[in-house]
Amino acid sequence: MTNENNSVTTKKVPSIYPAKTKIQVTVIFFVVLGIYLFSMTWTQQQMVGGFSGAFQNVFQVIEKFFPPNTAVISAIWGPMVETIQMAIIATTVAAILTVPLALLAAQNVTTFKPLYYITRTFLNLLRTIPDLVLAVIFVGLFGIGLFPGILALIIFSLGILAKLISETIESVDMNPLEAMRASGGNVLQVIWYALIPQVLPQFTSLVLYVFEINIRASVVLGLVGAGGIGLILNQQLGFYNYPNAMMIIILIFVVVIVIEYISTKIREALL
Amino acid sequence: MIEFKDVGLVYPNGTEGLKKINVTINDGEFVVIVGLSGAGKSTFIRSINRLVTPTSGSLLVDNEDILKYRGSDMRKLRTKTGMIFQNYNLVKRSNVLKNVLAGRLGHTSTLRSIFNLHKKEDVGLAYESLQRVNIAEKIYNRADELSGGQQQRVSIARVLTQQPKYILADEPVASLDPPTSHQVMTYLKKINKEDNITTIVNLHFIDMAMEYADRIIGMRAGEVVFDGPVSEVSESTFEEIYGRSIREDDLRGGADES
Amino acid sequence: MKHYSLPPKPKNSAFKKIRNIGITILVVAMYVWTFLSINIDWGRAIERAANNFSRVIPRLFSPDWAATSDVAMSMLETVFIAFAGSLMAAVIAVPLAFLAARNMMGGVIASTIGKWILSAVRAFPDIILAILFVVAVGPNAFAGVLAIAIGSTGMLGKMFSEIIESIDMNVVEAMEASGANKLQILFYGVLPQITPEFLSYAIYRFEVDIRASSILGIVGAGGIGTMIIFASSNRNWNEMGTILLAIIIVVTIIDFASARIRRKIV
Repeated sequence: MTNENNSVTTKKVPSIYPAKTKIQVTVIFFVVLGIYLFSMTWTQQQMVGGFSGAFQNVFQVIEKFFPPNTAVISAIWGPMVETIQMAIIATTVAAILTVPLALLAAQNVTTFKPLYYITRTFLNLLRTIPDLVLAVIFVGLFGIGLFPGILALIIFSLGILAKLISETIESVDMNPLEAMRASGGNVLQVIWYALIPQVLPQFTSLVLYVFEINIRASVVLGLVGAGGIGLILNQQLGFYNYPNAMMIIILIFVVVIVIEYISTKIREALL
Repeated sequence: MIEFKDVGLVYPNGTEGLKKINVTINDGEFVVIVGLSGAGKSTFIRSINRLVTPTSGSLLVDNEDILKYRGSDMRKLRTKTGMIFQNYNLVKRSNVLKNVLAGRLGHTSTLRSIFNLHKKEDVGLAYESLQRVNIAEKIYNRADELSGGQQQRVSIARVLTQQPKYILADEPVASLDPPTSHQVMTYLKKINKEDNITTIVNLHFIDMAMEYADRIIGMRAGEVVFDGPVSEVSESTFEEIYGRSIREDDLRGGADES
Repeated sequence: MKHYSLPPKPKNSAFKKIRNIGITILVVAMYVWTFLSINIDWGRAIERAANNFSRVIPRLFSPDWAATSDVAMSMLETVFIAFAGSLMAAVIAVPLAFLAARNMMGGVIASTIGKWILSAVRAFPDIILAILFVVAVGPNAFAGVLAIAIGSTGMLGKMFSEIIESIDMNVVEAMEASGANKLQILFYGVLPQITPEFLSYAIYRFEVDIRASSILGIVGAGGIGTMIIFASSNRNWNEMGTILLAIIIVVTIIDFASARIRRKIV
C-alpha cells in the first residue's frame, strides 16, 4: 500500500521541462554528437601516424618555425603595403557600387517587388562564393597580379556590404521621407535629404567593418596568385623556408591587429 | 479652391476609407476636421496632396482634377500644398536649417539640391520662417535635440518655406501637451490669417476645434456627417459626429495656461 | 523680389574645424598614396582577359557533370570539417568567454587577459592557421578541422562574452541573496539566460565556417578547396563550374536551414 502511495505521489510531481522537450533535446544532442564523431574519424582517416603521431610533430614544427627571420622585414614590407592598398581600393569601389544595390535591396525604398527579390537573390548568391574561389577564377581570367585580387575583394565585399546596408535602410524612420514627398520632392531629393542623413553614420561604420574583412582577405589572396603578401608567403612555404614564413605571418598578425584597432576606435566615435 | 465631387476610396484590402465625399473648401478658410480615429480624417487630408489616391469621383484643386495627375504634375501639386504631421517627420540627425530648407525641394532642381547649392533667397526665406515661429536661435541644432513642441514649430517653418497655397495638418497636436498644443494651433491660425493660406487641420479635440476653426467638418466611418461654420456647432453636433456622448479625453483643455 | 536677411553663420569651434580639416587631409593623402604607388599592369590584364574570356567564362557555366560524384564527396568532407571545427570552437569558446566577460570571473585583469587572447586568435585569418596546422599534422582534413576550430574560437568567444555581459544580473543577485553557491547560480541563473543565444551564434558560425572550410584545401587542409586548386592548375574550367555550383548549393541550403533553426531557438 505504502509503495503504491509513493509511486502515485512521485507521478504527481511535475517535471520542470515537459517530457517531449526532454526527448527532443536528448535526440538532438546525440545526433549532433554522432555527426561530430563521424566527422572526426572521417577527417583523420588520411592522417599518417594517427592523432597522437601528428601531435608529436607539433613540437618539431615549432622548432622549424622559430625563431622567425627578422632580416626579411625590409623585403616583405613592400608587398604588405601593396596588400593594404588592395584592400583600400577594393573597399572604396565596393562602397560606391553598394549604394544602388543596397537601395534596390531595401524593401521600403524599392516598392517594386520583382526588382527587390532579384537584387536580394543576386546578393545572396554573391555571398555564397568564398573570396579565394573568386580570386582563383579571376587569376585564371586576368593572369597573376594585383588586379584579379582587387576584383575578387570588390565582388566579395559587395555582397556583404550591400546586404548590411540594405538592412540599415530598412530600419530607418520613414516619416521624414513621407514629409519630403508631401512637399514635392522627387525620388532623388527624398533619398538625399531624408534617407542619407539617417544612414550615413552606419554606412561609414559598415564600410570600415568591411575594410577590416578585406584586410584579412587580402593577406591570403596571394596564395592563389592574386597579389600581395600572400604570394611571398606561398613562395617561402614552397621552399620550406619556415623562419621567413613565420616572419610574414607575424607581420600579417600585427598589421591586422593595428588596423582593426584603429577601425574599431573610429567606429565607436561614429555611432 | 478644393472641391471633392463624389470622392470615394477603397483600400486594396477592401476597407472603405472615403464614401461619396462632397465638400468644397474656399480659399483662405481655416477648416478643422473632427471625428474619431479611423473615421477617415487622415485619408481625407492625404487625398488632397495625393499621398493616397481616391478610387472614384473627382477631386478638383484650383479647378484641375488632381486624380488624373502623374509624375511632375503631382510634384507641382505637392509643392503648393504643405503638410504638417503628428510626429513632425523631421530628419532627426540633420540640423534645423537643413530640415527647413527641405521645404524648398519642390522649387529646387535635383542637381542644386544634391550639391546643397541653395539659393540665397531660399536660405533667407528659411531663416525668416524660423523667426516667424520663434525658433530661429536653434537654427544649427540637430532636430533630435529639440522638444516636441519645438520640433513641430520647425515643421511649420518647413511648410512656410515651401510658400504653399494650402496647408494640410494631420493631427498636429496629438503628441503634444496642452500649452504647446495651443501654441502650435495659434501659429497655424496666425499664418492662415496673415498669408491667407487655406488651412485644413485634423483634430480629435473638440474644444480646440471650437476655438480655432472657422468651419468644422465632422466625419464618421468615411462619410461627412456635419459641415458648417463654428457658430452652428453645439455639443449635440459632436455627439452626433462621434456617435456617443462627449468624454473627458475628447477635450484637450489648458486654453488658459498658454 | 523681396529681400530676406541671411541667417548668422554657424559657429563651429576651432577644435572641430581643425579636426575636420585634419580628417579630410588624411583621407585625401591616403587615396593619393594608394593610387599613385599601386602598380597594376592594365595592359597585361586586359590582354590576358581578351585571350582567356572565351576559354573560361562559357566553361564555368557548362559544368562537368562527370565530376559530380567526386565533387559531392569533397563537398561532404568540407561540411564535416566545418561541423567538427565549429562544434569544437563552440565548446572551447565557453570557458574563454566566461573568462573575458567583465561580470563573471570578477576582476578586470582576468577579463582583459581573456579579451586579449580572443582578439589575438581572431587576428589570424583561417587560412594562415590552416598553413600552420598543415605543417603540424600533415596535409589532410584534420588540419582543416583544427584551423576552423581555432579561428572560430576567437569570434565565438568574443560574441559569447558580450552575451554574458548583457545578461540580467538582478537574477544572479536574487540567487546570491537566497544562498545559492557559484555553481548553482551558473546553472539556474546564468545558463538559462545565455543558452539560446549561444546556440544561435554557434549555428551562425557554422554558416561562416562552411564558406571558410571550402577554401582550406588551397593550402592542403582538405575539403573541396583541394579540387579547386587542381581544377585551376589544370585549367579545367568545366570542373570548376561544377565545384562552384556545389559550393553555391550547399552554402545556400545551410544558410537557409541555419536561419530557420536560429529563428526557432531565439
